[in-house]
Amino acid sequence: MIEYAIRHSEKWVKALLEHLEMLVATMIISVILAAILTMAAMSSKIISKMLVHVFSVIYSIPSLALFAIMIPVTGLGKGTAIIVLIIYNQYLLLRNFITGLNEIDPSIVEAATGIGMSNIQVLFQVRLPLSIKTLFTGIRLAVVSTIGMATIAAFINAGGLGSILFDGLRTMNVHKILWGSLLSAGLAIGANALLLQIEKKIYKFKLD
Amino acid sequence: MSLTAIEFNNVSKKYSQSGDYVVDHVSLSIYEGEFVTILGSSGSGKTTLLKMINRLYEPNEGTIKLFGEDITTVDPVKVRRRIGYVIQQVGLFPHMTIAQNVAIVPKLLKWNKSKISTRVDELLSLVGLEPQEFRNRYPSQLSGGQQQRIGLARALATDPKIMLLDEPFGAIDAINRLNLQDELLRIHGGLKKTFLFVTHDINEAFKLGTRVMIMNKGRICQFDTPSHIVKNPADDFVSSLIYSSREQERFWEGLD
Repeated sequence: MIEYAIRHSEKWVKALLEHLEMLVATMIISVILAAILTMAAMSSKIISKMLVHVFSVIYSIPSLALFAIMIPVTGLGKGTAIIVLIIYNQYLLLRNFITGLNEIDPSIVEAATGIGMSNIQVLFQVRLPLSIKTLFTGIRLAVVSTIGMATIAAFINAGGLGSILFDGLRTMNVHKILWGSLLSAGLAIGANALLLQIEKKIYKFKLD
Repeated sequence: MSLTAIEFNNVSKKYSQSGDYVVDHVSLSIYEGEFVTILGSSGSGKTTLLKMINRLYEPNEGTIKLFGEDITTVDPVKVRRRIGYVIQQVGLFPHMTIAQNVAIVPKLLKWNKSKISTRVDELLSLVGLEPQEFRNRYPSQLSGGQQQRIGLARALATDPKIMLLDEPFGAIDAINRLNLQDELLRIHGGLKKTFLFVTHDINEAFKLGTRVMIMNKGRICQFDTPSHIVKNPADDFVSSLIYSSREQERFWEGLD
């Protein structure tokens, strides 16, 4: 098995890099989009409820089905995969972002407003720094979920670690199946552990 | 007669269409330099009345003027920056140091750094905290009484002409509360500001106020100097308030 990995190192390194590329592109766009949607959500309770509801419905669609639905629209390949992954992430990110920003002690928000901060100033100078931990949790969950779903994206020719796994399944090659699963699972577990360590270092402010 | 700092003209507020008035057609004038305490039980409308002044709540009817200017014609953020605001829960920003908390409004107004720094030291000394010792601490490292002193310093930062205080000492123990009351009187005396102080403690209201406004069910029962109120209570509610306070005194004397 080790021997197999060494012999085909070029192949799985390429797949791993493809996987990471999809992850990074997805996460950057997801966070920017979620930040914009969160700003809209903070401006009105109705928009907030609507957005979370819409994305929760989409989130409940199985990923393979959503990948398939998108093929006629945006075709096969990495682009389609990234679009779908971004859409899935919005639910995880939005829910955490909105909860985080709203869980601030109301008396702190009242004081901030009362002494003359505008809504934008309250958002960026008070709500955001105080909810950073919850925001980061959302990003961690989205990273782990993206790594997992990106594996399935190999079905629509997006490449990545899923392609090794599916190759193995098609040709009944045990080595490929094992390495495909190990690498994708390892990446998800590793990323989660790393981000959890960072998250623990973020101090959660509380007023006694 | 001095300038009218705060003027209410037939102001009403209710929270739902069908509900009762929380503040019921109130008209009043408060002059510059007065220390007015608003006394009432919970639900009397005293906090609502206060929060309409800095536009945290908007009245349904009537007009409110500050120094002759109708506040609905001014951007609420600008109105608030001209008014000091202190609340019972203090609401210090836990992610900022004491100095940063006090400096928040001057920073929003883009004062320069040295001016802000001098002002912070000045304010910390004013509220009785040693600047060198407290500047770089965080709110969680302070006692409740010290936190409220910082809340007071933050509200005074830009030298506002009007200060609104919403039960600021409500959560502070009796000994510290007496100290803070005395300091507040000293600060008011030295600054010639208009203070509006909400409380449900009759002793606090009569001790601090140059005039006391007694509220019940959204209306002002009586608005007069402490000695006038004690001599001529306007209605049964005011009489019963004074009676209950006297009863308590008698209780203490009985223990002696």
